[in-house]
Order: sequence, then C-alpha cells, then structure tokens
Amino acid sequence: MAASSTARSFLQVAATEEVVSPLRVVQIEGLVILKIIKHCKELSPALVTGQLLGLDVGSVLEVTNCFPFPIREEDEEIEADGANYQLEMMRCLREVNVDNNTVGWYQSTILGSYQTVELIETFMNYQENIRRCVCIIYDPSRSNQGVLALKALKLSDSFMELYRANSFTGEKLREKNLSWVDIFEEIPIKVSNSALISAFMTELESDTPVTQCDYDRLQLSSNPYMERNMEFLIECMDDLSMEQQKFQFYYRSLSRQQAQQQTWLQKRRAENMARKAAGEEPLPEEDPTNPIFKPIPEPSRLESFLITNQIANYCNQINGVAGQSFNRLYLMKSLHDN
Amino acid sequence: MAAGDRTVLQFSTQSTANLSAKVHPLVIFNICDCYVRRPDQAERVIGTLLGSILPDGTVDIRNSYAVPHTESAEQVALDIEYHHNMLVSHQKVNPKEVIVGWYSTGLGVTGGSALIHDFYSREVPNPVHLTVDTGFRNGEGTVRAYVSVNLALGDRQLAAQFQEIPLDLRMVEAERVGFDILKTTSVDKLPTDLEGMEVTMQRLLALIDDIYKYVDDVVEGRVAADNSIGRFISDTVAALPKLSPPAFDKLVNDSLQDQLLLLYLSSITRTQLGLAEKLNTAAQIL
Repeated sequence: MAASSTARSFLQVAATEEVVSPLRVVQIEGLVILKIIKHCKELSPALVTGQLLGLDVGSVLEVTNCFPFPIREEDEEIEADGANYQLEMMRCLREVNVDNNTVGWYQSTILGSYQTVELIETFMNYQENIRRCVCIIYDPSRSNQGVLALKALKLSDSFMELYRANSFTGEKLREKNLSWVDIFEEIPIKVSNSALISAFMTELESDTPVTQCDYDRLQLSSNPYMERNMEFLIECMDDLSMEQQKFQFYYRSLSRQQAQQQTWLQKRRAENMARKAAGEEPLPEEDPTNPIFKPIPEPSRLESFLITNQIANYCNQINGVAGQSFNRLYLMKSLHDN
Repeated sequence: MAAGDRTVLQFSTQSTANLSAKVHPLVIFNICDCYVRRPDQAERVIGTLLGSILPDGTVDIRNSYAVPHTESAEQVALDIEYHHNMLVSHQKVNPKEVIVGWYSTGLGVTGGSALIHDFYSREVPNPVHLTVDTGFRNGEGTVRAYVSVNLALGDRQLAAQFQEIPLDLRMVEAERVGFDILKTTSVDKLPTDLEGMEVTMQRLLALIDDIYKYVDDVVEGRVAADNSIGRFISDTVAALPKLSPPAFDKLVNDSLQDQLLLLYLSSITRTQLGLAEKLNTAAQIL
C-alpha cells in the first residue's frame, strides 16, 4: 500500500545514507502553509506552536502535514496531557496515511522577535531524536502588509557543538570563527501542491488581474508598523547595552584581580628572598586558598548573540518596509503629476 | 386509507430557505489531500466537517479531518471511535470548532450517504453534507453542499431528501496573500517584499493600460460607450486628492524624509553591531 511503501523507502534512505547531505531546501505543501496561517491567525496575539510532519529525502526536507498544539498551561498534570495529545494525533493521522515522521515544529512570532534561548533549547531537544529538523517561523502581523512572512530556520552545526559543550567564552568563539550571524541558518522554502489541489483552486478562484494582497501592498500607511518595529529595536538596544556592561564589569574585575595577583606574587618573592637570606625554606609561589586566585567565570555570550540577531532582524525588516514605502511614494508622485 | 382522508406529501422548505454555507479553502485542501492519500481499495473519502454556526444562520466550515470507513455494495461502516478521538483532539486546540456536518468525495449523493447523514444528525441537529467532485466529471471541480430534509407522508417518514444550499468560498486576507503560491503546482521560492511590490506595480500598470486602451477605443468609436464604466472611471480619477502641487510635494517629501531617517538609523545600528562584535570577540586577556 502507499503507506508501507513510503515507510520502506524511508527505512532504506535512513539505512543506506552514511553521509548526511546538507539541507538545501525545505519543500512545503500548500496545505501546511494554509494550516499554519489559519492557526496563527485565529489565536493571535497569543503565540502558538505546532508540529510539522513530513519526509526527509536527500537534501530536501519535505513537509507534508502539520497539526497545532493546544495552548499549554503551566501545570504539571497537563504536561502528560500534552504528550498524550501528540501521540493521539500521530496515531490518528497514521491511519489516514499521512506521513508520520516529525520533521520539526512551527511557531508564530510578533514582528520577528523569535530569537530566544527557549528556541535554541527546543532545537537541541528535537535534534537528539531527529537527524534533521527545521523550525518554521510565521509572522502574522506582516500579512496585512501584503507579505507572506514565512521562514525556515535551522541551527548551524558549529553552533550546536558549542552549545552542547556549553561554553561561550571568547577564545572558543574565535577558534571556531563563529559570530552572531552563524547561529541560525535560514533555508530557502519551496512550495509544492498536488495537481488536484491546484486544479481545484484555479477553478474556484479565477485569476483576477488584481488580488486583495495587491491592495494591501499599495496601502500608504505603514507608520504604525514602523513605530512598533522601532520600539522593539530600542528595547533590544537597551538589552544589548546591559549585556555589554556586564562584559565591561567582567574585564575590569579581571584586570583588577590580575593586578592583585601580581602584587601578591611580588610580595611572596620578596619574602622568599628574605627567607633564603635567613636560610629557611622558601614559601610556594602559589596559594590556591587565597581568594584573589579564584578564577572569575566569564559571562556567556549567548544572550548578547541572540540579542544581536534580533536587532539585525529588526533592521532588516525596517529596511524592507522602508523600501516598499519608497516605491509607493514615488508611484503616488508620478500618478499625481499625470 | 379512509376515503376523505388526504395525506399530503410535505416538503418542509422554510427551514432551509435561508441556510447557506461558507467554506474556507483549507477544507478543500484537506479533502483533496486525504483523497490523494486514500488507501487503494477505497473509492471515496469520508470525513467530518468542523466549524461554527454564525449568528445569522450561515454555517461556517473551517476545518475537516478524514475518517476511515469501509464500504461495500450494501453497507457503509464508519470508524466512530476514531471520529470521536479526532474530535476531542481538535477541540483541545480550538474549543470553538464543533461538528457542523460531513463530506464525501464523488459527484452525487448515494444511498449509503443517507445512513451516514443519519449518524451525523445524531451529533448535530442539522448537519451539512458537502460533496467534492474530485473526478471532475462535469469537466470542472464542483463543490456542493446539501442539507437533508425529511419527506413525510402524513406521519410516516418516507425518505430523506437532500436539498442543495448555496455555498460560498471565502478566504481570510492572510490566506489571500499566499494565494498565488497556492495555485500552482510548485513555486521555487517565496517572494520577498520588494519582489512582491514589483509584481503588484506591474499589475497596476497593466490595469491602467487597459483603461487607457478602453477609453481610446470609445473615443474613436470602436467600442460602444458604456455609461456605468465611464462613471467608474471618472470616480477613480476623482479619487485622487486635489492638492495644490506645492502642498502635495511637501507631503511626499516629508514622508520620504521620515523613511530615509529610519533607514539611516537602522544602518547605524548595524554598524554599531559589527563594531561591538569585533570588540567583544577580539579582546585578548593577558
């Protein structure tokens, strides 16, 4: 049957492929996109998540179906409920021949502020069970600008190794030549639809010369959106400056500690010279119990990286919207002249 | 029957007179997907429709899921437990979605459908039956909605008549944005903001060209003038706000300057980020 043949081919693929080919493209079905849009829009402004199901074939990750997660409350007994829900859904979908493999999850975001530590932790959790997983981010607030804001993200491998070792010190990062752009990798998305569905869609909604989304795009007022973007940007800059102050403090205390160590060492050496002159045993030059020798932990740079990522994202968005506004303004100008 | 006793075949039409249904395209997608994935021996797919009933009586069909069933010449059997499990799971996510009916692929309404309809009417007072013709038997894909009306002869129930109700395909704006993507069989990449803008402007330009051609044709007498179209055109042209050129220029320039300011700010921020990063990771500790 169709179901077992896909199961067999997946096993074959998993068994024979020794070298993991890099993920190049995520192929999503139109059905999944519609479902994601519907779910995120219905429950906005709350942030929602859901599971992606599909197949992992070569360098393409196919996403063929998805289901939403119920909003989880912070309650211990509902944790088990959530797991039950997932199992139940997977079992039911299996019975109607839907691909049963989890290939990732999707989540909605507001204005692109999705780079948090929880995202990374969720990635690591998924990565332990699945060889390749993606996270799809959908931004419902941009859809009234006429843009389909859908992104597929993956953590880069070098970042994952560092995260497992849980060390984000300066030397390690320089070793790996890792900067804040390398944390997330964005993968291009391809959309595919079965022929039946595209036949239906073309049938039911004829090709109008202008669609609603054109009207949305040509709207002149983008001010509220830009204002919110700038607000978020300012907050992030504040966070970033706080992180940088932490670093400054660290460096200052480090250099102060080193100065203290030097003076203590010199005093010891002077004492030792005196003792040698007096014929006694020299004291050791190190004293591990002395608190000034305690190494100060270097603050992790993970937060600052994430914040930097977020700021870059906002800047990109602002650039994009500003570009659109330029177009619209010039268009208006030329229309009026005529 | 007694001589003077006439029994009348009653068609109760008043309850279905103002009933109509609205379907979200997601439902059609779901149905097509389930049809494509059906097990080989099944001819059609049957499933449940979820949605809500709007205050004015229209049925809003928002979601659906397939239910495994076995069908033979005489009887149809639905997996009821599966149906209940899926319903419970779906309601955990969105408790407002309730059963509003059921669907099946295939053109007409068959005999077995009456039994299934009966089953669904036990769950919901007036279920809607949706048929989606995936075989394109009429040369086009037809989606029809029916409600069942009981035909009663006096006190005896004779049969159930499936009456068609008007169906409306409606789409939320966010879905419209992606609609071009959803129509074709494959799209190589999602359009970015500027590309989308370009497409929109091209379309606008094409529209304006059409209008020009039409007006030229009318003026030269090639096409008969249609007053209503003429009125539409004059309305559109009059919609441009009448501002004196300096005032308009000032408006445009102000907006331009605002946008440029924002661009400048974001570029400064990015430079700052680059600098900060270099400083952070390049700092050497003795």
